[in-house]
Amino acid sequence: MSFDRGGTGRIIPGAGKLLRAHHGIRGGAVAAVLWLAAALAAAAAMAAEIAPGERRSGYELLSRETKAMQDDDTANPGTLWVLDGEALWGQKAGSAERSCADCHGDATTSMKGVAARYPAFDAARRRPVDLEQRINVCRTERQKAPPLAPESKELLALTAYVARQSRGMPISIAIDRMVEFVEAGRSLFHRRQGQLNLSCSQCHDDNWGKLLAGSVVPQGHPTGYPLYRLEWQTLGSLQRRLRNCMIGMRAEPYEYGAPENVALELYMMWRARGLAVETPAVRP
Amino acid sequence: MARALVNVPAKAKRGAVIEIKALISHPMETGYRHDESGHVYPRDIINRFVCTYNGVVVFQADLFPAVAANPFLSFFTVATESGVLALSWTGDDGRTQVETANITVE
Repeated sequence: MSFDRGGTGRIIPGAGKLLRAHHGIRGGAVAAVLWLAAALAAAAAMAAEIAPGERRSGYELLSRETKAMQDDDTANPGTLWVLDGEALWGQKAGSAERSCADCHGDATTSMKGVAARYPAFDAARRRPVDLEQRINVCRTERQKAPPLAPESKELLALTAYVARQSRGMPISIAIDRMVEFVEAGRSLFHRRQGQLNLSCSQCHDDNWGKLLAGSVVPQGHPTGYPLYRLEWQTLGSLQRRLRNCMIGMRAEPYEYGAPENVALELYMMWRARGLAVETPAVRP
Repeated sequence: MARALVNVPAKAKRGAVIEIKALISHPMETGYRHDESGHVYPRDIINRFVCTYNGVVVFQADLFPAVAANPFLSFFTVATESGVLALSWTGDDGRTQVETANITVE
């Protein structure tokens, strides 16, 4: 029997033994019984994770006009960043005087499918890194150039260009070396936080498809990042979106590049496995 | 130069109605926003868009601060003869960017 709050949908092999220790019973028998009752009540109140057949990209909840905007490359403003990224790909940078293309060649072949498997495990850092971090690792270690700032036009452009090469491919994260990070992300996703005392899961697992104010709550699958959000009037990363949500919950958002943000990204990409990459997507 | 995307059909039948789509990268800064210390970000918008077809104006628009960043315009015209469509965007700074597209009318 599992006392985890993650619901019944867990499929990670061997995950059951991880991160269970911190749920351990503290104090005496009375406390244990109370805790058990609370855990059971919480589990009953929470719907299971979305079944694989029920998973839907946020695209399906868009209006006809926004769908048309995403589908037509010449109407999709994200294309502006993709084209900028294409130009940056061939530009030499840093004291190594090397461009991305000097090592990786033609991105349309070398970067195909890469975004579908990120965040990926970085053996040197012994933790997962997302696509933006991977690009900055290349910049600092291979190009000997200063890292690009989070949400800078250059970093978004390069990320969008790399991710664009995976459009249409199914998201597929190899989690074998990252099980503990996926579990950390899952626990963050289900943790209530902020003054509104909400978890990600309460909206995106339990109440997707319903309205939050005037907007449809999506399932929260990061299929199209970096994406053009009409409200932002610009392209933005998944971390920007996560920070947005946290501010909405009146919680303290995690810093750009914080391990918590990457763990959340990793869990959400794993949760969206099988859905097609849409970068650059358009969302309201 | 700002990056612009122009979508004009390469070929059209004489007399056919064609759609032209134009997207340009621009912040469209309204002049109403300010930073934490109260300094206003100066207004910087594209205020004028004109499309000519072999020198004849077929569509024009005045743009205002309420138009979103990266303005996207879509409009229609009739394919009369082969030639060049020239699309021009003019900003508050007085600079104009022109993009051209060729069309073959059969």
